[in-house]
Amino acid sequence: MTTPGAPVTLPAGGTAPGRHRRRRFTRSEQNPAGWLFLAPALILTGIFFFLPVIASLFLSVTDFDIYAIADLRNARFVGLRNYRDLTENPVFWQAVGNTFYFALVGGPLTVGTSLAAALLVNARLVRFRALFRTVFFVPFVTTLVAVAIVWRYLYHPQYGLLNWMLGGFGIEPIEWLGDPRWAMPAIILMAVWKNFGYNMLIFIAGLQSIPAELYEAAGLDGAGPLRQFRHVTLPMLAPTFLFVGVITMIGYFQLFAEPYVMTAGGPLRSTTSLVLLMYEEGFRWWRMGAAAAVAFVLFLIILVWTLLQFRLQREAA
Amino acid sequence: MPGRGRKVVLYALLSLGTAFALLPMAWMVAASLMQPGEANSFPPRLLPREPTLEHYRALFTRLNLGRFFLNSLLVAGAVTSVSLVINSLAGYAFAKLRFRGRDRVFRLLTLGLVIPVQVAMLPLFLLMRELGFINTYWGAIIPGLASIFGIFLIRQYTMALPDDLLDAARMDGAGELRIYWSIVVPVIRPILATLAIWTFLATWNDFMWPLIVFSDESMFTLPVALANLAGERVQDTELMMAGSVLTVLPVMLVFLFLQRYYVEGITLGSVKG
Repeated sequence: MTTPGAPVTLPAGGTAPGRHRRRRFTRSEQNPAGWLFLAPALILTGIFFFLPVIASLFLSVTDFDIYAIADLRNARFVGLRNYRDLTENPVFWQAVGNTFYFALVGGPLTVGTSLAAALLVNARLVRFRALFRTVFFVPFVTTLVAVAIVWRYLYHPQYGLLNWMLGGFGIEPIEWLGDPRWAMPAIILMAVWKNFGYNMLIFIAGLQSIPAELYEAAGLDGAGPLRQFRHVTLPMLAPTFLFVGVITMIGYFQLFAEPYVMTAGGPLRSTTSLVLLMYEEGFRWWRMGAAAAVAFVLFLIILVWTLLQFRLQREAA
Repeated sequence: MPGRGRKVVLYALLSLGTAFALLPMAWMVAASLMQPGEANSFPPRLLPREPTLEHYRALFTRLNLGRFFLNSLLVAGAVTSVSLVINSLAGYAFAKLRFRGRDRVFRLLTLGLVIPVQVAMLPLFLLMRELGFINTYWGAIIPGLASIFGIFLIRQYTMALPDDLLDAARMDGAGELRIYWSIVVPVIRPILATLAIWTFLATWNDFMWPLIVFSDESMFTLPVALANLAGERVQDTELMMAGSVLTVLPVMLVFLFLQRYYVEGITLGSVKG
């Protein structure tokens, strides 16, 4: 169900073989098996995904709460009140801010780390590339809840490994998860650790698809490694960047398990994300109408941001 | 920079990256084998003084971990095996079977890829409640049985299949199901392997939906049980680490043994734009 971690296929690169042969189907080509083969998938996604999404929109304009759970007739239409209440709720704005903080800082950091790792692993001088690739990829495969617990102990101000190592450089102990200023950076660091290996694989594939002649030509023109990187590697990786960027940001806007496990949204709500807020409103306080409104705000943010990224990419090209 | 110096820098950076990637995992394993309280000492210990399996034993005997393990295995196993059939049938139909409305339905379906799953969760919970699936395996399994992404992936891969092959089989009088089973499935086996591994890992690691659909502890999957345990036993560092090891271990093994399929599949068809 999760977006990040999905095997990757670029919709834009839709030049898959077979496409050129497509034409309008004549009546004799109607294959009655088609709908039968689709039926299970369409019924399941229809009932258990698309229907709830539409229902969610309706839910967000009702005052659906714990009384309505007991008896649906207790839910009333309230128009946009849930949305208006959100705009007057400081916790909501804090959650919006935290979510953007995590995505806008964590996203680029993750993508940057991924690219650096890909360049390292892909360097011609390096042996055992496959081994390093596997090692860097391992954190991505792990169970988020389990490693979030591990990191919680690594961040322990007194006994944690991180403060001990920093102490070696003369840095005073930091209350990583107990200080509102540090809690989000701590979660970001863990997210970078967990996710950079995935994007790295995609970058490696991108790097390997750059024709060697381009580098040879640039070398003949007297371009050093840095200029080759700037004028050959980066432009050739542009589609990869877009893809990795979109996938990473979509995933990061959905921040949930890390704060749930590591900080419970605190301290002082400094790590409460939109999804965590939705979860608390909906499944802890059973204010499902309000929670649905939060979910739709999240949807809008992701939609607008994704479109923005595609547009920026097109303008840059 | 001379080749030698560059090599040193490269390997230094790679070692640093390796330490960054592996240290948390290594400490998790080490701490899980420590005596009670040993992980909370200063300076931190990197290796157990006297390794003990007592925390693992406690998890299985007192804390019912075996049950959670089986719950996870059942949910992930069921979702993986059934969704593979459903998604591959649909992906193949979208790629190779000709019928009116096919492409329109496909475009509609791909719209779903941009909708975050959390948007569906609130009504989905109410629906599951109406159906009586809360606190049942069905509640966790059913929403994972069809995946738009899986369908998409299979379709991309299956498009490369030559039509002549399928048409020839039709000429010979083979039924559509027969063609799917004895011609299509063998050819697309690599992508099926990729999807199977990915689905298993994603379902095993999934947290939010199982957290919502299971409130009865006996139904918890490992991640939910672990998060719950972390709330109650935050002081038992060694015990928590043992629990984390047991949660991560199965997916790690699946990955290490099958990574060829997994890694190849991840980059399959990507960045060709």
